[in-house]
Amino acid sequence: MLRLERRKERSRVMTWAGPLLAVALTMIFGMILFAVLGKDPVRTILIIFWEPLTNDFSRSELLVKGTPLCLIAVGLALGFRAGVWNIGAEGQFIVGAIAGGAAGLAVYDTAGIWVLPMMCLAGAAAGAAWALIPALLRIRFNANEILVSLMLVYVAGLWLSALVTGPLRDPDGFNFPESRIFHDSATLPILIQGTRAHVGALAALAAVVLAWIALERHEYGFSLKLFGQAPRAARFAGYREARVVMLSMAVSGGLAGLAGTFEAAGPVGQLVPALPVGYGFTAIIVAFLGRLHPGGVLLASALMALTYIGGEGAQLEMRLPAAAISVFQGMLLFFLLGMDVFSRYRLAPSKARLARRAQGGAA
Amino acid sequence: MTALLSIRGVTKRFPGVIANADVSFDVQPGEIHALLGENGAGKSTLVKMIYGVQRPDEGTMFWNGAPFAPGSPGEARAAGVGLVFQHFSLFEALTVAENVALGLPAEQAGRDLPERIRRVSAEYGLPLDPARQVGQLSVGERQRVEIVRCLLQSPRLLIMDEPTSVLTPQEVETLFLTLRKLREEGVAILYISHKLEEIRALCTAATVLRGGKVVGACDPREETARGLAEMMIGRELAPPGAPSGTSGAARLTLTGLTAITTAQFGVSLRDISVELRAGEVLGVAGVAGNGQDELVAVLAGETPVSPAMIQLDGRHVGGLGPTQRRRLGLNVAPEERLGHAAAPEMSLTDNTFLSARTRMRLALRGFLRLGAARGYAAKVIEDFDVRTPGIHAPAGSLSGGNLQKYVIGREILQAPGVLVVSQPTWGVDAGAAQAIRQALRDLAAAGTAVMVVSQDLDELMEISNRFAVIAGGRLSAPRPAGETSVEEIGLLMGGKADAAA
Repeated sequence: MLRLERRKERSRVMTWAGPLLAVALTMIFGMILFAVLGKDPVRTILIIFWEPLTNDFSRSELLVKGTPLCLIAVGLALGFRAGVWNIGAEGQFIVGAIAGGAAGLAVYDTAGIWVLPMMCLAGAAAGAAWALIPALLRIRFNANEILVSLMLVYVAGLWLSALVTGPLRDPDGFNFPESRIFHDSATLPILIQGTRAHVGALAALAAVVLAWIALERHEYGFSLKLFGQAPRAARFAGYREARVVMLSMAVSGGLAGLAGTFEAAGPVGQLVPALPVGYGFTAIIVAFLGRLHPGGVLLASALMALTYIGGEGAQLEMRLPAAAISVFQGMLLFFLLGMDVFSRYRLAPSKARLARRAQGGAA
Repeated sequence: MTALLSIRGVTKRFPGVIANADVSFDVQPGEIHALLGENGAGKSTLVKMIYGVQRPDEGTMFWNGAPFAPGSPGEARAAGVGLVFQHFSLFEALTVAENVALGLPAEQAGRDLPERIRRVSAEYGLPLDPARQVGQLSVGERQRVEIVRCLLQSPRLLIMDEPTSVLTPQEVETLFLTLRKLREEGVAILYISHKLEEIRALCTAATVLRGGKVVGACDPREETARGLAEMMIGRELAPPGAPSGTSGAARLTLTGLTAITTAQFGVSLRDISVELRAGEVLGVAGVAGNGQDELVAVLAGETPVSPAMIQLDGRHVGGLGPTQRRRLGLNVAPEERLGHAAAPEMSLTDNTFLSARTRMRLALRGFLRLGAARGYAAKVIEDFDVRTPGIHAPAGSLSGGNLQKYVIGREILQAPGVLVVSQPTWGVDAGAAQAIRQALRDLAAAGTAVMVVSQDLDELMEISNRFAVIAGGRLSAPRPAGETSVEEIGLLMGGKADAAA
């Protein structure tokens, strides 16, 4: 039999090969899953991973789906580095959409280049504020931020429903639970004509670059990493826990809020209860898949966007249930965490086998 | 006479290092056998193999002449090997009897256990109340729990890993009486220590390891401590320099320093007043767990106190955090190296940012200056002879002694006005310990006020100009080191302040 033996240092090879192996294992087990569901496994995998790359529309949709994933995951990765577990990015995304959208609706039909920046600011600030609730509760009462941030997702979702059936409802909308469609000045400029790809993608790229600088070249990122690896050493270095927790929650919440505003002012174009589609949760997978590294997150969000679009294709074409796609995405995180073990441990023969060998030697 | 334990040509390899190479020696029944060696010489690996935690790659061990290959600590204990670890594995919230029961096979942990604990502890002069909570015991008493736990299984070989590093002189004497009594009963003791005087006083045989190999065997009673040390490190030691007697203006003044802790087993600091002068080394002795950790945390700024309680060159700094204090010239090297003074997974370069980023200008307006950090890490490694593959090596990959040199060097090279060091040579081999003490003395000679908190009295005697004892969170009035006897200090360490007043 085999057992796990701790490595002296993290294996660099496994650190980067791990995600690739996890993707490969997900494909293999995904094919088994699809076969069990009675679908052609090879065809389904091709639809998910290959067909979205074969036409212009799907390729532009990669940007549409990848932008919120990347924005959110970059922020989460910073916090996760510090051991601050913001699981409620979905809620901050919703609150960001509400605040950004409401800001746009408040100046309905007013033209001006300042409208969008104002909406973005409102969205980011609201997301940050929403994330600071679990941060403050952790600092003040030692409440677990995983639970608090997660529960606030549902609070945020209910706020969205309440507002679009109440104060933000379209006055000419026949009582449908949705807001007015944003006017032009409150709608994100399109990046590629004829598609839904919007300038938010540029903001996501900028976030990746800034996060990289913060992590590798700035004390802020250093304090996050130090706090995550050795909290006592971080206190010795003079970094205060409260500050680290607040800053990482505020940054990840702010970016999630910004992504929410982009989603409302971009592809959706209004506030509707169905606005959140789970980017905030999927971004957790993206952050880990990208090794909590900004560059890795960029690649991982592209891959994850691919499974979203391909998954939709597979639902349509292969009549797969939506849950099967969720399972498929979940498997990716599962295998990734499993592979992670091997960057710290290696497989070695079990003690029993060693013992037999030693006895053979002594006899 | 057949040896109780006989080790023949044992070799153990780890990735990148050979921990033991062809080690052979014998332990006779009724012998206190010293295992001597620098850190990283392979003592712990050897002990782990005898105790069944690891297995040799080559070679054989014999127990009373029969091949001995324990596959687990349980098997080793069944054969008659007992081990008292350097760091105790006790649960503070449980009683003595409960802790002992946890380490025994189920059939031995019956109802009569408290009675047996009482009997064994009385028999061997280790007074212990089975019903007390371990969290309330002193370190010496905790060690007794570990020893009694071993003795209950009637070991034939008792391994003691650095047993005296946490004890007062009086407690050391009691321990030695116990060990001698065990020896007379025919129990063999394998005694691991850095303290050469102790080994000369206690042991009747010694095996010296260096770089994983046996480099000598001797009767320590016939050797000088210096001779033993030189055998251990393989080169001649520089003689210790005399403390520089002069001291100047007060640099660090503690006035009525009080810090009440809410931690369950923490110690509150009470009304500590002392002056630390430029050019002096103030030694703070004490049994572990009497407020040393709390004092160091307060001085480092990790636990803020009211501003006037701590004055640095006349400024009130009690309310400032670690970074601001370092900027003003107060640096601290805490006891725990891995995870406190250094982040294990970060490189030696990154670890310079922890404490040196302000004074050495390794960060400017928040941006890290990687080149400057690399240069500083290289300088620490060079000046303090840190043995490491390079500045990119993670701190956790260094041996304890080398990491200690790095941590102390990182603070000393910042030329702070005041340096507080906790356990500067804990677990460090003789050669490196000498170098660290010399560096601290040189720093003091250059005008820094140095405070050394240590449990090693010999070290404090050697290095300090003045001397104070911390007990129960109170600090005794400092006195010149030359005028204090070890007995007086021992009484102070036991908390009997009046006895020495």
